[in-house]
Amino acid sequence: MYRYDEFDAAFVHERVAQFSDQVSRRVAGEMTEEEFRPHRLMNGLYLQLHAYMLRVAIPYGTLNGRQMRRLGRIARVYDKGFGHFTTRQNIQYNWPALKDIPAILAELAEVEMHAIQTSGNCIRNVTADHFSGAARDEVADPRPYAEILRQWSSIHPEFSFLPRKFKIAVSGAAHDRAAIRVHDIGLEVRRNEAGEIGFRVLVGGGQGRTPMLAREVNAFVPEKDLLAYVDAIMRVYNLYGRRDNKYKARIKILVHETGIDELKRQIEAEFAAIKGGVLTLPADEVARIEAYFAPPVLAEKPATSAAFEAARAADRDFDRFARVNLHPHKVPGYTSLTISLKPVGGIPGDASADQMDVVAELAERYGFDEVRVSHEQNLVLPHLALDDVHAVWSVLKENGLATANAGLVTDIIACPGLDYCALANARSIPVASRISERLGDPDRQEAIGPLSIKISGCINACGHHHVGHIGILGVDKKGVEMYQLTLGGSPDETAAIGEIVGPGFDSDQIVDAVETVVDTYMRLRASPDETFLAAYRRVGEAPFKEALYGA
Amino acid sequence: MPQIVTANDLISGDVVFRTADGAWARDVNAAGVLADKAGAEAAHAAALADVKAAVVVDVALIDVTAADGKVVPVKLRERIRAFGPTVKADYRADLKPYVA
Repeated sequence: MYRYDEFDAAFVHERVAQFSDQVSRRVAGEMTEEEFRPHRLMNGLYLQLHAYMLRVAIPYGTLNGRQMRRLGRIARVYDKGFGHFTTRQNIQYNWPALKDIPAILAELAEVEMHAIQTSGNCIRNVTADHFSGAARDEVADPRPYAEILRQWSSIHPEFSFLPRKFKIAVSGAAHDRAAIRVHDIGLEVRRNEAGEIGFRVLVGGGQGRTPMLAREVNAFVPEKDLLAYVDAIMRVYNLYGRRDNKYKARIKILVHETGIDELKRQIEAEFAAIKGGVLTLPADEVARIEAYFAPPVLAEKPATSAAFEAARAADRDFDRFARVNLHPHKVPGYTSLTISLKPVGGIPGDASADQMDVVAELAERYGFDEVRVSHEQNLVLPHLALDDVHAVWSVLKENGLATANAGLVTDIIACPGLDYCALANARSIPVASRISERLGDPDRQEAIGPLSIKISGCINACGHHHVGHIGILGVDKKGVEMYQLTLGGSPDETAAIGEIVGPGFDSDQIVDAVETVVDTYMRLRASPDETFLAAYRRVGEAPFKEALYGA
Repeated sequence: MPQIVTANDLISGDVVFRTADGAWARDVNAAGVLADKAGAEAAHAAALADVKAAVVVDVALIDVTAADGKVVPVKLRERIRAFGPTVKADYRADLKPYVA
């Protein structure tokens, strides 16, 4: 994986020193909160309901064992023994004290991590497919390009004060596991007929109060022009993006108000002016970055493993885990394993310090020292020999990490909601926990099949409810939590924004309502192979509406 | 409706409540309950001086009910601030359990 060069290391250490000084001045009363706030936000530090919250960047969701262990140590020493993995492949600490932030940032810097640009109106952590470099269907590993974008966008003077925050996601496969269509810029790595690498570029996706799917502005930007093209988009956005109204400041609004054709013309004009200049990616530099992401050397193995198959035959629980939580690897005899952070009835995305240590240990021992964080708030061991899966599962099981629900109905995305977040209007986590308990029977979940529930506690949609097959939005109605249900959303290459199905439900009714939707699907599906989304697309909302609200 | 003054401690970030003698306490029951508007405004102004003095941040006046020595914020958001997250596996053992 990517290693800091001297420039990266010096920059991060300098920033830690700067921010430490700012914290001391704030604590001494030499800076007001108004003066301090922009500084703390540029370093990922928020003030939430109960405490400060520190958001640490995990570039493209890739970690090694040493880094994961350090995240665990920070949770143990400076927080309350746990951390929360987010939909942007980051980790958040919910209870750090301001006085400890300099020490935490110094500890992060030691393992080549930081919290820079995890807040503020800048280019945020660039996210990528969590199976990057491993997935069988991948065209190319998207992470070298995500890393190039990270280096280019870090403290970029022109793009540090954008109209609003800016999120970029990169997928290395046509099957989109990185939700690129709901990002400000979505990039899909592809090859042209000559076999050369390039990018399909989508612009203007986003969720929040005005959900929109990204539109294509270029079907193939050659690899060498990646930065010039993205720079051109940023320049157009920086120039014309609205700064008069926070709620209309994202690039999706610019796309909507300008029209995709005119915006494309502006972007292409800007691109024509800077193309071939200093932003052209030199092939040797691409190769240098790519070398950091070279896949581990995986010894050739047969496509099936006798030990793995025997363990499956001997243990029903393991067999289920193998059916549900493994993803096809590009090398025969290997797999990618999802470590679910969604125990039935638990808190989506939370991991204890001890669990982080366990994952670090497993990654080092069996997983070629790689861990991924998925935008679905799970962890992934991307490279694992089938022969080792049972040993890994056994350790996971002992540590409450072997829930077999990847992609199933209890693999719920939920934002922190009113339990933690200063912006939220309603709670998310307790709703997720109750739904998970209701639908958590393993046989029932598997019978239901792939079905995503996503919950946000306010219209900012951090819980991705717009693209949940079943989406839940918490609102405050005269001091009472109410939950609005949307159906048919999807974050992948068939992306869709879910449709509001009818009046909202209160906290006591929402779990029943979700179960009604699930049961209705089970009754009307054409066959067990017809997924919830496929069935919804076939029949529309009418049968669900009727089941929920009567004829 | 009676009110209390709440804020976050600058250094720890903890939720704190202003007591009758102008100190800040983590226990909501220790809050000075302000029965009238004039009292509330005076306490709020005094609290803002503590913002200036870098003691607390995010000062707010919130509505509460107060009976038998128990102070309970009216809004759910403020109850969660006072009593802690309502999530099942919250790791903050030092907080009282949430009461609906």
